[in-house]
This record gives sequence, structure tokens and C-alpha cells, in this order.
Amino acid sequence: MGFRILEDIVSGDFAFEAFGETLEDLFSSCGEACFSAMAELSKVEPRIDHSIDISADSIDDLLVGFLSELIYLKDAEKVFFSRFDIKIDNVKNSLIAVARGERIDYNKHEIKVDVKAATYHGLEIKRHEKGFKVRVILDL
Amino acid sequence: MERKKVAENIWEIPVSHKQGMRVPARIVASDNLMNNMDEGVINQITNVACLPGIKGYAWCMPDGHHGYGFPIGGVAAFDTEKGIISPGGIGFDINCGVRMMSTNLTEEEVRPKLRQLIDGIFSSVPAGVGKSGFVRLNRKSFEDIMTSGATWCHKNGYAFESDLDHIEQRGKIPGADPSAVSDKAFKRGVDQMGTLGSGNHYLEIQTVRFDEGCDRDIAEKLGVREPGQIVIMIHCGSRGFGHQIGTDYLQSFGGAMQKYGIKTNDRELACAPIGSPEGKAYFGAMACAANTAFANRQVITDSIRKCFSKAFEKPVDRLGMSLIYDVAHNIAKFEKYDFNGKLTPVLVHRKGATRAFGPGNPELSGLFREIGQPVLVGGSMQTGSYLLVGTKKAEQLTFGSTLHGAGRVMSRSRAKRQIRGSNLQQIMEKEGIIVKAASFAGLAEEAGFAYKDVSEVVKVVDKVGISKKVARLLPLANIKG
Repeated sequence: MGFRILEDIVSGDFAFEAFGETLEDLFSSCGEACFSAMAELSKVEPRIDHSIDISADSIDDLLVGFLSELIYLKDAEKVFFSRFDIKIDNVKNSLIAVARGERIDYNKHEIKVDVKAATYHGLEIKRHEKGFKVRVILDL
Repeated sequence: MERKKVAENIWEIPVSHKQGMRVPARIVASDNLMNNMDEGVINQITNVACLPGIKGYAWCMPDGHHGYGFPIGGVAAFDTEKGIISPGGIGFDINCGVRMMSTNLTEEEVRPKLRQLIDGIFSSVPAGVGKSGFVRLNRKSFEDIMTSGATWCHKNGYAFESDLDHIEQRGKIPGADPSAVSDKAFKRGVDQMGTLGSGNHYLEIQTVRFDEGCDRDIAEKLGVREPGQIVIMIHCGSRGFGHQIGTDYLQSFGGAMQKYGIKTNDRELACAPIGSPEGKAYFGAMACAANTAFANRQVITDSIRKCFSKAFEKPVDRLGMSLIYDVAHNIAKFEKYDFNGKLTPVLVHRKGATRAFGPGNPELSGLFREIGQPVLVGGSMQTGSYLLVGTKKAEQLTFGSTLHGAGRVMSRSRAKRQIRGSNLQQIMEKEGIIVKAASFAGLAEEAGFAYKDVSEVVKVVDKVGISKKVARLLPLANIKG
């Protein structure tokens, strides 16, 4: 699992490709990529838990919903997340997750740029022999 | 790609370019800008041309670049009966916009106090990820802002009455409906009033220059009198409140598209018929965010005025800190245009494009009806910005629209690999520009070389006649979110 930043897909926003052996790994990688745009992820310790319980019409929509929930919590609760425990039901397109992180700290987290939203632009989760991958564009 | 030059600096992509195009797409650009326009812009503006009820042409301005849904710089007008409303034609940052304020101070007077000013403003205008503002609001007062916008600021001591005359639609767009706003949007935005945000948002102390071709008579009428006069520019939007409204409706419009049998080439163009319950709800929520953004820029204005007053030990009214204008560049508005001799209402979407009404427009009043509406073009923090005015030609050609900035040419990650934020800060200081940033990484991403040449894009709109050049504004000090 993991992610890589795609440099020249969009000029004003943040594009990345994420990987995972399972859908859960893939969603975790996407969560990490999202917060790596905003802070130095290795500095964000798992001190606070937030539960997430969402469902959607498709697995692609579920990923956008998951990232949107994390972005919402970042502003509403002033939290950065760095660890994710996720359980996905890909028949019902639903997930329950615990996102772990800590309150935003300018002295600690080497803050980067705010993420406004997760977009659907070109988003499609693809299955390959080693698992799953997806390209995501975040609006900055 | 099939394209033809239909006039100097105007390019057309015919309906034969892509299946489903209902109207041709048109791009305002010089030969150089067109040759360097990224392919994503062509793909996205021709996707816009496929949307139901689109009228005339799908336009892209010379600062255009690849975004999601509409390209940045995209303008499209939709028939109010057969057309759609799309959050992807407005952007997540609803009513992201620019405001400009004059002063009676000179560069000579301000330079020695720049550091003090920028430190003071940095403390009183919170900038960056997750910052809260100083205005305490509850559900009721926030709903009041959603419906009354900048008027709320006047009632609560953040605005002079004269400020309201210098804001697009007096900072209060009709049709705002707080019942269409989710609880999440409220919670995300309630503590962010008076904050700058992040990304390309900034607050800048600038000095006036008059390039060749600037209309100094109009400048004088707007209170921009001399080279070296100090002005202030603010670029930000509706913050997390608007971002959440965009997110909410983009998700729910997936279902609306199925219900109304609408198909689009890009999920980010999700839309609903203008007159449908879903379309009306989004317009009502969007207007709430737009009004909140006008209020946000007004609260920031009040903080800046207080910092100047403290630094110069003079009351604000003796510093000539009058609002020149405040204009949105991510918004949809009901306007009327001439189609085959008949004045017809349409819903104009502008995403990274500015309204540019010309002299005589009945929606303008006072001075602006005489000279045209000010257009504020935020360039990069290194190369400067422009004050323009709208024209009749813009109303005839581009649904009263023009450019909004310089337009990016380089991705954020590539810019960051080319320069470190701390190095850029030193280089800018050698150029005489003080910069204070919430994030060094964020600063590097906004380097001047990541943008098109602002003078070139402004020259194009001036030549096409959809705006008229009034003054160039060079940065002296910049706060980056």
C-alpha cells in the first residue's frame, strides 16, 4: 500500500495515485495522501479517535465520501489524521472506520496547504493482479 | 485538435470536435497563450459545451487552466427553462473573489512601517489550515450572515455604509436559503469568519503603477491617483462553509442526474435543472456561501483598517481607506443578455472568471454606471496585479465576463521542487517584497514562475475589448495563507 504524488495532472490542485492490496488498504492510503498534502504526516500522532460510518451508491462514491468526511472533520474538529482502521462492505458499499490523529498544531505538524474537497474528477478504483489502485484529485 | 482563429485573440472549437457538443467552445488567447494552453482546458471547455441548455458559446478566458468539471477561466450561460446549474461550474470555493481598498498613503510613507503592518495584520487575520477567526457566531447570527452578507457587517460595526456601494450587488445576493445548508456546512464554517484560508489566497499591500495604455482618468475617478500610492488587495472566499456546500451538492446531484436523465462527460459536472427542487436548493445554498464570502472579506477589511490606524496613529477616515471594489470570480448569477434581438434571462456560471459589466449597465449604479464595473485581477505574489474595468463589448461577447488572475502554468508539486519557501522569501525580500506565510511549503507553490505572465493575459482581454486596463499594482508586502 502507499501513494505517489502525480506532478502534472492538474496545476492548481493535488493529484495522487494510491495503492492497496485490499480495498481497506487502498482507502487508508488515500487518507494518508490527503493529510500529507496538509501536514508532515510522520509528525501527526494517533492521540484522538473519530468514528466514521458511511455508505454510498458505489465503491468510487464511497471513497469520495470517506475523504470528504475526513476533510470535514479537519475543519469542524481541527484535527489531522494519520492512521486509519477501516472495514468495508463492498456489497453494500458501506464502511465503518476509526481515524486517528491529533489536534492541528502549527509548532509540530509542519503545516502545508489546506484541502478544500475531494473531487470525482477522473476517479475510478481499478483492480489489478496485486490489489487495487486509484487516481484522486483533491481541490486545494 | 480542430480549432480556428475567428478573430484576433479569439479561437473557436467547433461542435464537430466532440460528440454531444451543443454549442462551439471559444477561447480568448494570444497565439502564444493558445499554443501553450494545456490539453485539459480544451477537453474541459468542450465538456461544458455539451451541457443541457447552454447558450451561445462555452468560453474560456486567457488565464484558463485545467481544473475539474469546468476549466478555471470557464464561463457558460444556461437557459433558465431548459438549462442546468452545476457546482462544478462554480467551484468548491463559492464566491472566491478579490477586493481592493485605496489609501492616501505613499510608498515612501509605508515602506518604513511595512514589517510592523504585516506582523499586525498576520496576527489579526488568521491564515492557513484549520485557523479560527475572532468573530463569535451562533446558528442564528450565522444564518443572518448567509442571507444579508456584507449588510450584517455594517450592522455589526465591521463596515462603513459607503463600503456596501462598492461591492458586487452590495454584498448581498438575493435567493439565499439557509434551510438548504447542511449542519455540516454550518459546523465547518461557523468559526472561520474573518480568516484568509490557504492555497492561492493572500492579502497584499501594493503600490500603484500606470503602464502604457492604462486609463488614468478612470483610475482617478476610482480614487487611484498617483504612481506610488498604496492600495490593499484581498483574495479569499467562503472558506470551509462554501467548500462543504459544494461537497454536499456534488454528492446529491448524482441522484438528481439519474432522476432527470442528464448525462455528463465528467462526474464533476454533476448538475440539476435550474427550476428543479434540487437546482433551486443548490442556488439557495450557493447564495448563502456567496454572502458569507462577502462578509468574510469585509471583516478582514475591518481588521486591516485597524492595523493601519494603529501603525500610523490616525483614525481610518484620515487614511483614505475606501473600498474600490469587491468582485466574485466563482459564482453563478441570473443575468439578461441579447439573443437574436431579444433580452433573455440566463444563469451565467463563472469559475475563475470575473463579471465585467460595462458603462450604462442598469445593474450598476453611480460612478460604476458611468465608467463600468471595476475588475480586480490578482496576479502572482511576485509579479503584480491589475485594476481593469468592464465594457459593453464584454456584455455583447462573453456574457459580461473576463479573466480573474494570471492562471497557473506549473503544478504545485513541481513548483515546490524548484524552490524552497525560505529561499523564495529571501529572493522576494531582495526584490523589495516582504512576505509572511502560514506555511513555507505553501509559499513555494505560489512562486511567480508557476503562473502565466499577468501582463500578457491582461493585454489580451484589453485588446479583445472585454476589459479596459486602468492600473498595475505591484506587491510590497504579502501575507500568504
